[in-house]
Amino acid sequence: MLVIGAGGAGLRAAIEAANGGASVGLVCKSLLGKAHTVMAEGGVAAALANVDDRDNWKVHFADTMRGGQYLNNWRMAELHAKEAPDRVKELEAMGAVFDRTPDGKILQRNFGGHKYPRLAHVGDRTGLEIIRTLQDFAIHQPIEVHMECTIVSLLKDGNRVAGALGYDRERGRFKLFSANAVVLATGGIGRAFTVTSNSWEYTGDGHALAYNAGAALQDMEFVQFHPTGMVWPPSVRGILVTEGVRGEGGILVNREGRRFMFDDVPENYRGQTADNEEEGWRYTQGDKSARRPPELLTRDHVARAIIKEVREGRGSPHGGVFLDISWIRAKLPNAEEHIKKKLPSMYHQFKQLADIDITKEPMEVGPTTHYVMGGIRVDADTQMSSVPGLFAAGEVGAGLHGANRLGGNSLSDLLVFGMRAGKYATEYAGRQSTPRVDAQQADTVVQAALAPFDRAGGENPYQVEHDLQAMMQELVGIVRREEEMRRALESLKTLKQRAAKVSVTGNREYNPGWHTALDIQNLLTVSEIVARAALERKESRGGHFRDDFPDKDPSYGKFNIVIKRGSSGDMQVTREPIPEMREDLKKIIEENK
Amino acid sequence: MARTATESLARNVVESGQRAAARSNTTAGTDARRATFRVWRGAGSTGALQDYSTEVSEGMVVLDAIHRIQAESASDLAVRWNCKAGKCGSCSAEINGMPRLMCMTRLSELDLNEPVTVEPMRAFPPLKDLVTDVSSNFRAKKRIRKFTPRPPDSPDGTWRMAQSDADRVQEFRKCIECFLCQDVCHVLRDHRLHEQFVGPRLLVHAAQLEMHPLDILDRRDELKESHGIGYCNITKCCTKVCPENITITDNAIIPLKERVVDRHFDPLAKLVRLMRGKKAGRGIGEAGSGSAE
Repeated sequence: MLVIGAGGAGLRAAIEAANGGASVGLVCKSLLGKAHTVMAEGGVAAALANVDDRDNWKVHFADTMRGGQYLNNWRMAELHAKEAPDRVKELEAMGAVFDRTPDGKILQRNFGGHKYPRLAHVGDRTGLEIIRTLQDFAIHQPIEVHMECTIVSLLKDGNRVAGALGYDRERGRFKLFSANAVVLATGGIGRAFTVTSNSWEYTGDGHALAYNAGAALQDMEFVQFHPTGMVWPPSVRGILVTEGVRGEGGILVNREGRRFMFDDVPENYRGQTADNEEEGWRYTQGDKSARRPPELLTRDHVARAIIKEVREGRGSPHGGVFLDISWIRAKLPNAEEHIKKKLPSMYHQFKQLADIDITKEPMEVGPTTHYVMGGIRVDADTQMSSVPGLFAAGEVGAGLHGANRLGGNSLSDLLVFGMRAGKYATEYAGRQSTPRVDAQQADTVVQAALAPFDRAGGENPYQVEHDLQAMMQELVGIVRREEEMRRALESLKTLKQRAAKVSVTGNREYNPGWHTALDIQNLLTVSEIVARAALERKESRGGHFRDDFPDKDPSYGKFNIVIKRGSSGDMQVTREPIPEMREDLKKIIEENK
Repeated sequence: MARTATESLARNVVESGQRAAARSNTTAGTDARRATFRVWRGAGSTGALQDYSTEVSEGMVVLDAIHRIQAESASDLAVRWNCKAGKCGSCSAEINGMPRLMCMTRLSELDLNEPVTVEPMRAFPPLKDLVTDVSSNFRAKKRIRKFTPRPPDSPDGTWRMAQSDADRVQEFRKCIECFLCQDVCHVLRDHRLHEQFVGPRLLVHAAQLEMHPLDILDRRDELKESHGIGYCNITKCCTKVCPENITITDNAIIPLKERVVDRHFDPLAKLVRLMRGKKAGRGIGEAGSGSAE
């Protein structure tokens, strides 16, 4: 079997597959261990109850559903909440070294939308710890790793998946992978926007590969704009500032010095949110009787509150707001050391990139494209898509997060469902006969991929990518309107024509211009999917905000928007009803209201 | 309700706003400035430095300039990068002769009146332009025996560990595998002993395993025999270039060397070891039942 993508989900899937006795190939676009998982900072959510013994999987389940505005696949949310603790403990058995509680257990911290301190962490570099742990474990397993290899198409034998075709970046040679089962673990789509915390790899490859292979996608209108990205200097705009800053007591203030997050607390969170500064501070310091400060409301809400301040003229000089952790000097005697210990890479990042000492002065922050809740529609238990033999795990899969993802639920997602995808893909692969790979099919893909070399005098692929990002940022960004999204669809037609005519210079060896020419095809596909799904949802919910329909509409809470490629190649948008939740789970939600 | 921020906070924010605005003002004059980048272009070992002029603005890092050059005039310029935030360790290069991460090197630190030289890491075989073959590092890691924990401390399969014990290895586990320490190590760079000596990065890896509170293997023999720890003569160049500020030589390599010396030249320790069937000289993790030796 083949795993495409070697971030947390792909590595976890490959490890499970190797454990299950499969012959595993693991393909990654970059070098091993460089995937976007390294950027995850705050922690991994799991109801270990090491810090607050009131926590358990039921509370985690209820928090995840509330955060996702009940569009989540409730079975995935259940499995996730139940299995995350074991997946985290397992990491420790593989060598991960988490921060500790005074009695030597794994320490957990507060995060937005989580009722209790739930995020196991290593300072603010939890993602690096997780990817390195999995990587160092995987290299001693029978897993064949193909580094710097990009997949351009999945191959099929009739309805079922038969393998994949890619090229190695170094030499530009094509590689054919025959496989009984394929796990997609390619991450997200952040490069479809200008301001993003995502790396060049995040071009929606898995989304587009699955779509082109006929798999259904869902919830693609839900893109998470993380409330706190850097805004200055311009070249670092979008780089992530961890929610951990707020978890450790950091506060958001506008240019007038007003702590604006107290101004508008959504109804369904009012009972759990502090109504004064003192209570909020006590919560961040572990006082179990205190409620969480409004800075730790869900990301969709915080991002919109920041946008509102900026739009109404109360933003910071460079178009953001202030995030201040230095104020805790008034509360803690050793605040500077405390901040450096708890948030070392944030300290480093601001010092080095913006000349700002976060122990002494506030940061300027604003929303940045961070994550896509939507993705490949999968079976909750097995992670198989609607294409037999094609599985998905991690960000490229959909269902767990509904309309909005809670911080910390991504690292746990990729462990829980990476493991499940690896397990069930292995079982599936064992039941299949070897598929037939059609040479003709592969040849067509190769010819199309090489076409940019044959065209002389065409446009530069970087220019098309740049214009696509600017268009998506402006027309399908954090605040959306019908008319703008219609314009976006028109622009996409033009951009597709331009992309079909780009030409590249040089040869096939490590040629980023060529790589970009191929990546923009995926970006165009996912951008259209996002725009069409966003048009269909005429309400505001979670990560999807419509200026023309600013309220939540209960009738839209009953279905997911599903997108699939029609037989004639057109994009089909349908509404698929969410199955009735099991009674015992309904009860859990009621109990945790 | 005490909704408004404290006075000192408000003052802090207002002052910060003024500072931020001032930063923008000082940059206004430099916005249109151009600078020259002298970039290594080549395939394999043949190539040459080539000059590119591009516009630079406030806050830019070297990687931004390289991206601009790619977009404007050299679309096939090969460069590795990912996170652009100093966390993934992909964009290592030699900038004006210094091994650095391109994403964390601000142009304001460099003299832009002179061309800025950007070359690939010279300790590794060149592939194309700024991209080198770093696969030896991945092979070397495979040769170091994997993490092997003692049995769990608690029936639920978990361990107890003091933060102070975690601290020691957490320093090593900060490593982003940028391989700049390998690049600057003269054993690798000048003597090209990649197959005999694993280099500072992998010694840091070995150190985190050897000092891991839960690990029970003893890797001292292999460190001496197959990983070549004896080649390091403690010039500390690796420590100087580490973007994560890991004290590579003092905290990782020297303690490992001492352990190796203890094992091979200390007859008393050898005797104790033979009798106890465990690795000597370890304060932590000795509760482990089996011995790996």
